[in-house]
Amino acid sequence: MAVRSEQAQAPSQREEAMAIRLDIDDVEVAAEPGESVLKVARRNGFDIPALCYHEAVPSIGACRVCLVEVRKGAETLLSTSCNLPAEEGMQVVTDSPEIRRHRAMNLELMLSRAPGAPGLRKLAAEYGVVRPRFAPVAEGGIRNCILCELCVRVCDMLGHHALAAVGHGDEKTISPPFGKPAESCVGCGSCLSVCPTRCVAMRDTATTRTIWGKTFDFRLCSECGAPLITEAHREFAIAEKGLPEDYYDVCQACKQSVASKTFASVVW
Amino acid sequence: MARIAGAIELAALREKLSGARPAKRKVVAVCAGTGCKAFGSFNLLGAFKAEMAKHKMNGKVELRATGCHGFCERGPLVLLFPEGLLYTKVKAKDVGEIVAKTVVSGEVIERLLYQDPVTGRSYEKQDEIPFYARQRRLVLANNGRLDPESINDYIALGGYAALTKALRMGARRVVEEVKRSNLRGRGGAGFPAGAKWEICRSQEAEDRVIICNADEGDPGAFMDRSVIEGNPHSVLEGMLIGAFAIGASRGYVYIRQEYPLAVERLEHAVHAAREKGLLGEDILGTGFSFDVTISRGGGAFICGEETALIASIEGRRGVPRRRPPYPAVSGLWGRPTVINNVETWANVPWIINQGADWYRAIGTDGSTGTKIFSLVGKVNNTGLVEVPMGISLREIVFDIGGGIPAGKAFKAVQTGGPSGGCLPEEKLDIRVDFDSLSREGAMMGSGGMIVMDSSTCMVDVARYFVNFLKSESCGNCTSCRDGLSRMHQLLTDICEGRASRATLSVVEELAETIQATSLCALGTTAANPVRSTLKYFREEYEAHISDRRCPAGVCKALITYRIDERLCDGCTLCLARCPEDAITGEKKHLHVISTDKCIKCGICFDVCNRDAVLVE
Repeated sequence: MAVRSEQAQAPSQREEAMAIRLDIDDVEVAAEPGESVLKVARRNGFDIPALCYHEAVPSIGACRVCLVEVRKGAETLLSTSCNLPAEEGMQVVTDSPEIRRHRAMNLELMLSRAPGAPGLRKLAAEYGVVRPRFAPVAEGGIRNCILCELCVRVCDMLGHHALAAVGHGDEKTISPPFGKPAESCVGCGSCLSVCPTRCVAMRDTATTRTIWGKTFDFRLCSECGAPLITEAHREFAIAEKGLPEDYYDVCQACKQSVASKTFASVVW
Repeated sequence: MARIAGAIELAALREKLSGARPAKRKVVAVCAGTGCKAFGSFNLLGAFKAEMAKHKMNGKVELRATGCHGFCERGPLVLLFPEGLLYTKVKAKDVGEIVAKTVVSGEVIERLLYQDPVTGRSYEKQDEIPFYARQRRLVLANNGRLDPESINDYIALGGYAALTKALRMGARRVVEEVKRSNLRGRGGAGFPAGAKWEICRSQEAEDRVIICNADEGDPGAFMDRSVIEGNPHSVLEGMLIGAFAIGASRGYVYIRQEYPLAVERLEHAVHAAREKGLLGEDILGTGFSFDVTISRGGGAFICGEETALIASIEGRRGVPRRRPPYPAVSGLWGRPTVINNVETWANVPWIINQGADWYRAIGTDGSTGTKIFSLVGKVNNTGLVEVPMGISLREIVFDIGGGIPAGKAFKAVQTGGPSGGCLPEEKLDIRVDFDSLSREGAMMGSGGMIVMDSSTCMVDVARYFVNFLKSESCGNCTSCRDGLSRMHQLLTDICEGRASRATLSVVEELAETIQATSLCALGTTAANPVRSTLKYFREEYEAHISDRRCPAGVCKALITYRIDERLCDGCTLCLARCPEDAITGEKKHLHVISTDKCIKCGICFDVCNRDAVLVE
């Protein structure tokens, strides 16, 4: 149930300065121009479920679960909120029988595609969907993938462009370009970290990582030998971010002990 | 080909060219549209050329390859001027006789005339044939009268006069005129073109863009194709006027790769217009500059959606984006962009030439002008028809279309392309305009019109369109991509006798979510075929589910073929043609179909001369 959570408080100073005022479930909230209704709603403690949304990347409105109603005079418009820009005077409703019915159906559709995704199963159950009435999706593609393209978007955002949505209609899938391991993939694993169904296949050993058909060597911590980062990712990060060459020599944990040893040798 | 320096020079050229085309001049116009071309009209052209040379007619009689005349069912078509005589289903072997008799001495060849299949009456003149007589042709008016590869033909018939007039009127008045004409977009949504132009014009921008949407993808639709193939300059002239009105210097025609002839004719037209100085810098000496780039689509239906089309031109994946901002505010590469379809652009020169008042007098108050439909399916006269808005479906199907072939009964007409709706007999008298069709659960769409007879299963029809749409969805939205895919599965269950009553309620629920929660027009209209057939033909769904019976005898899983012992005369025709050897019997003795071996291909049913094969 979309009830405003406890942490929602009086508007902060930052909110006071914002240009746009709109109502969400009859509560006045503030937004910057260009902000999405979903972002504003979540900041103010309203619970709108979404599977394909991530603040760091552009929204595409793929999962169709973050539905809200926008009241304009006598008209009610059903819309996804992730790609709906907040507007002055907007009246947004985050929960209604209509909204729940359509959210439930879209969750049911996704569940028949991705029955093995725990997060999705839990959310679907909240909407009364336990067993989809549809036969499981028989088509090829990645198991349990709901085609939200978060992996593609985050990969683009990081500057790798190693993933793409390919094919259309019911043959759409996610793949490195041309179905071949992508030269530009550095094995950073960000695609998996944003995946709402954890369906990206990534296998780590003590020294290697295999993902999207490519195997990478890990840079190992010079102190403890723990895997730190793939060599390809390290090179990319140093070149792109101008980090010092030795930035990835020691792992986070060892960095502290190395620093304290150095400190000790200086002081005493 | 010299560049035309100004309006006066263009008028003088027109004068000269039309002087060279006296009304009494003999012309043999052979349709070189796609349908007639498939029937072999290019061979006819060669035959006419040779035959006319034999009769030493060079210079005296003109042989002209024209665009689509619309009466595709009867192709190849040959139209003879000045009489306006129409010969149908002409073969190369008829050419000698046509030249010797008709062209030389004006004798009419009876057997090549169109004969009405219902009344049996023959017609000599094209204009008298009911198929043409009930139409009102504006956009298609000159298809058949001009060679699409000749800019001079277009100019001689008044082409580019609207452009000169628009340049004289000034941009603001052109926009006003188009607004007043109430021209609505012919691509499907019916948005007022003038309002779109005005929004675009009022944006602060350094440059604006014009796009012609020629990505016609509806199954069975070939309106835009025929306009471009038959009269490409009319589209270019419309775009030029639009560009001048909104202040655009660049235009794009986004055209399907699958239309090679249209692409070729369009390229030819763009090239010819550039040579004449009607495209490019400083057009007709007015300082107005505009040029057109042809951008070919890769075959995705979704790229007909305007935001996906723009993404495709920009080199990105053809996926629609959320609107607003509408392209008129932020379109191609962020520039304010007016995007209209082929037929809309081709209407513009008429509005400027004849004025908004003249244009508004055609059609209805809410939907002015004419609309082209591609009339296909179970109808006698398939082809392209252009009718005034507000005409009834019955007039189109029965008066122009000539009714249903083989004496079968009318069942439904599907309008608006794959995501249109199916309307039954009792809706045949509604007026064909944007609003009436939407009210009834169908839509105008871009002008597809498919007629269905009593042998059509409406569940199967819905399944066919859902199958098309599920493959052509861009795949972005769960509701559309997975919704249509699952919908197809449910409809297949119904057609194959695996469904229960619960299936039907899932179908209805799913249809609502697909419609309510998808992003673009493909998704929000994709449930129309299902919803409209459920609304008007629910009993057919119920027969499939409750009785495991397909009333139309189409769904293979629910039918059996049987030979009626009283009618079978043992001719062995079906037995010989059965691919599975499922029919046994001997000459002059009753034949029997083995249901175990029968694959329900229906060949026996089709070949039997005595209607002894029954579908049950």
